[in-house]
Amino acid sequence: MGEAIRLILVIAGKDLRLELRSRTSLLSAAVFAALVLLVFNFARDPTAVSTIDLAPSVLWVTVAFASVLAMNRAFTVEREHGAFDGLLLAPVPREVLYLGKYVANLAFVLVVEAIALPLFVLFFNLDLRHALPGLLLTMLLATMGFVAVGTIFSAMVVKTRFAELMLPVLLLPFMVPPLILAVKTTVPLFNGRPLSEVMDGLRFLAVYDVVFITLAVLLFSAVVDE
Amino acid sequence: MLPADAPLVEARGLTRSYGPVRALRGVDLTLHAGEVLLVLGPNGAGKSTLLRSLAGLLRPEAGTVRIAGRMLSGDDPDARRPIGLLSHQSLLYDELTLFENLLFAARLYAVPDPRVRAEAALAAQGLQDRRDDRPRMLSRGMQQRAAIARALMHDPTVLLLDEPFTGLDAVAGDRLRTLLRDHQRGDRAMVIVTHHASEAWELATRVGILVGGRWALDAPRPDNLSAFDRTYQELARG
Repeated sequence: MGEAIRLILVIAGKDLRLELRSRTSLLSAAVFAALVLLVFNFARDPTAVSTIDLAPSVLWVTVAFASVLAMNRAFTVEREHGAFDGLLLAPVPREVLYLGKYVANLAFVLVVEAIALPLFVLFFNLDLRHALPGLLLTMLLATMGFVAVGTIFSAMVVKTRFAELMLPVLLLPFMVPPLILAVKTTVPLFNGRPLSEVMDGLRFLAVYDVVFITLAVLLFSAVVDE
Repeated sequence: MLPADAPLVEARGLTRSYGPVRALRGVDLTLHAGEVLLVLGPNGAGKSTLLRSLAGLLRPEAGTVRIAGRMLSGDDPDARRPIGLLSHQSLLYDELTLFENLLFAARLYAVPDPRVRAEAALAAQGLQDRRDDRPRMLSRGMQQRAAIARALMHDPTVLLLDEPFTGLDAVAGDRLRTLLRDHQRGDRAMVIVTHHASEAWELATRVGILVGGRWALDAPRPDNLSAFDRTYQELARG
């Protein structure tokens, strides 16, 4: 167990170091999130739909698309110079390899969300102090779920010619359930309802996470072994 | 514990196709400790496919590979531990320095004192002055030396080398031959794929010629390279 955790940290640490060096994906995902929020901010009609009703959908659409952009990099960085062969050749269990990539992706997408959330509050002029604990928990649970699916799909499409295009096509349908749950959980939180009222939604998100992380761990070997 | 007379590499009936092209047609290979097999063959003969299959990076459609007595499969990470691979690509990350690349490899293999080993591996390739450079800043030959350092990082008992002398100048080529001679001991085995037998002739104990995905020859290395070259030309022409 200790060795598995060490290897997960070695792999995730390498991915994060690569991203910190290039900053390409992080910057593009953060700028993309900011632009989506900006467009929504100017495109919406506040007299037709109230800000508080529209805001949860805008937040999750932004998070979803920025995450897809961020997750595209997970295995494309392994393409250069056949680096992924080096990982597959190493005495690292495939499950551990998946979890290493998963932890790096999760950290990466959470950073993008940490940049997007203050911009969202700024653009929509919302006071989220009371909703913040529940919102952060929802974001964490939803992100854990779609990063689990995104990481395995990213591995699946990396050898295809149009990997960047294929990932959203495959991933977005699987993101719909956690997105619906996340929006349904966020609406009452934004309306000042207590956390206890959204516990069912959070439980469903947790179940989605457990199911898809388990499935992805089990299937990863079949995806990466030629 | 592997019995003393057990082969380090044992492949049986390896078959692999790419669409309609059959790259390997039931290839067998047995390599004992102390043996160095030089694999030659024309383009498309299946040499790289054989090497990737032996490394476990390609799953053959039929056949099995055992390394140090263990069946290679994605489910048994320790079966891959004895393998070192130098492929056509360097397996290095462009955004990491040479030292970071080697340190990462050392940590993947749980090598003791990974920092010391990474420094030593760079020094062995004469790259200690370039430790903080990234692979893309290096010449082709230097990248090849860095890739060799990575392949040898965990002191593999089965070393698989695909065109190891590509891009190396005469000095670096000699350095690599010396390094491989030092690496090769009685408890290790090596497979060297090359287009030029002369590059690794002195290292080899056996030579194999692959033609059309089958062994056209697998024999102890003869003494006379010129005579072997003539045999190779005849067999390669089919």
